[in-house]
Amino acid sequence: MIPAIFVFIYLAAVLYIGIFAFRQARGRERAEDYFLASRSLGPFVFLFSLFGTNMTAFAILGSSGHAFSNGIVTFGLMASSSGLVIPLTIFLIGTRVWALGKKFGFMTPVQMFRDRWECGHIGTVIFVVQAVLLVPYIIIGIMGGGTTLNVISGGAVPYWFGGAIVALVVMSYVFFGGMRGTAWVNTFQTILFLLFGIIAIIVIGSGMGGFRSAANAMLASPALAPLLTRERISPLYFFSYTFIPLSAIAFPHILIFCLTAEKMNHFKKTVIFYPLCILAIWLPCVFLGVMANRVTDIPQIKARQEARRVLATQGKTMAPEARDELREKAAGDDVIMLLLQRYAPLWLAGLLGAGIMAAVMASDSQILALSTMFTEDVFAFYGGKRRFGEAVQVHTGRIFIVIITIVAYGVALRAPETIFELAIQYAFSGFAALSPLLVAALFWRGSTKWGALAVTLWVAAAVVAVAVFQHAVPAPAPGPPLVVWTIGGTIALARTPGGTAVFGFMPVVPMVLGSALLMVVVSLVTRKPKQSTIAKYFQIQSK
Amino acid sequence: MKRILLVVAVIALYVLHQDFWFWSTAHPLVFGFVPIGLFYQGCFSVAASLLMWLLVKCAWPDHLEREVGQQENEEDIAL
Repeated sequence: MIPAIFVFIYLAAVLYIGIFAFRQARGRERAEDYFLASRSLGPFVFLFSLFGTNMTAFAILGSSGHAFSNGIVTFGLMASSSGLVIPLTIFLIGTRVWALGKKFGFMTPVQMFRDRWECGHIGTVIFVVQAVLLVPYIIIGIMGGGTTLNVISGGAVPYWFGGAIVALVVMSYVFFGGMRGTAWVNTFQTILFLLFGIIAIIVIGSGMGGFRSAANAMLASPALAPLLTRERISPLYFFSYTFIPLSAIAFPHILIFCLTAEKMNHFKKTVIFYPLCILAIWLPCVFLGVMANRVTDIPQIKARQEARRVLATQGKTMAPEARDELREKAAGDDVIMLLLQRYAPLWLAGLLGAGIMAAVMASDSQILALSTMFTEDVFAFYGGKRRFGEAVQVHTGRIFIVIITIVAYGVALRAPETIFELAIQYAFSGFAALSPLLVAALFWRGSTKWGALAVTLWVAAAVVAVAVFQHAVPAPAPGPPLVVWTIGGTIALARTPGGTAVFGFMPVVPMVLGSALLMVVVSLVTRKPKQSTIAKYFQIQSK
Repeated sequence: MKRILLVVAVIALYVLHQDFWFWSTAHPLVFGFVPIGLFYQGCFSVAASLLMWLLVKCAWPDHLEREVGQQENEEDIAL
């Protein structure tokens, strides 16, 4: 229970930061101040808050859990490719969005799309798709909070209650502090979880008696040795994953964060240090997740390995429901906390638990982004701001924060998927496929609103199709995929143990390529915006 | 020419991410415990940071900030 007390102290600290930010902003009830911190963030806060907002429960719990089951491939799949793609997109797209935001006063991506393509309701369609895709990301935070508090308290705090506490704390500091509070909390959280990785690896390493013997023992075990290689994952699947980080710049909360920098120079440190920050967090978590397989004195880890073994040996003969149940038992989202409980002194486990909690609670920016989008793209766009004024707009944003948190909490209690799968299958793939919208808006004069609509509808349809397909065709046991459709002897569509494969690729690949193709084809045959509008955007970039 | 070289560097790094040559082996274990595939991807992250430094040094879109600054100056004068 002592570690849980540290976590509660941490929760009180972030709550205080949010309220402190609220006091700082008192008397400035302007939408731009509440939602964008008056576009005034300095380089240090900008780097850490932008990075922190992109690191969710997924970074620590999901990565170690995925590595526990799949091995070292987890780092190459998601972390190192993100270290290249995300800063590159911030460099190319984030800086341009910042400049356009400063120049034309945009507060959300949809405002920019509406202006760029001279559209109204199409912008609303984009808003709806973005909002629906963002909700799972918020759910991840609440699920991670519930899991973390439950494990850290040794089961004393039930999952539902832990999730409720996290939801309440996040909602409160976002509600009071707005963007300023969220950015400060994110900065504090990022520092905590950057320290987490380094301390965790030292403490757990010495507790396990050093990693050298653990690595050699794994190599000697036929069942565990493949976890130190990537032979369980196909190169096509590995390649597919490099499309997932395209989602980062298309996430509205990241784009909105890009608007908060005081100067464009503040992007420089973010772009350069982003890959190193990812390295500092993911490498220890992935490594510890893999090494957890060598631990013999933690019964919960043994139970997960046993579930994995049964799934591999008897999975083919089981009913799909029994297989899913076993898959959940084998999931290792809590292995890193189990390692801490076993090997770290109580007080240190508490501090490190707070570090995990910091990552888990990164859903704050998503909640704030949804609120910003609702009040700007719907409330203000359809006349609410004009009729009721800016103060009412900010109040509406706050009410929206409460509603969305309650809805996300309700879903988190019912969602059966592991943190990692839920994130990848819906939010990440969907936003990656929306990234051609940004590229077209910023770099292609010929793009049109109909192209944008085609992309948005395609993304919505593709996400629904993947979800329906995976619901209709249960995941097979570990091993070869279940072939559903072949064309001329080539497997076109298959259900894999972890999801869906289209010609061997993850669905995100055809989704992104389909989006890009639709944008080009539809834009070529439809009417362009006025020359004056196009000139407004391309004048600023061509100088 | 500088721009082309930078584009080539980005593409080259993206290709280097697909390190199939370390696909099925854990050996050598770097420092005695880090599988080579994981060590390689760690080094890749450092290389990505160096590439970003190069992009910031050689291809930073200064004109965007100048344009914004110019507009803010005009607004200040108008006020």
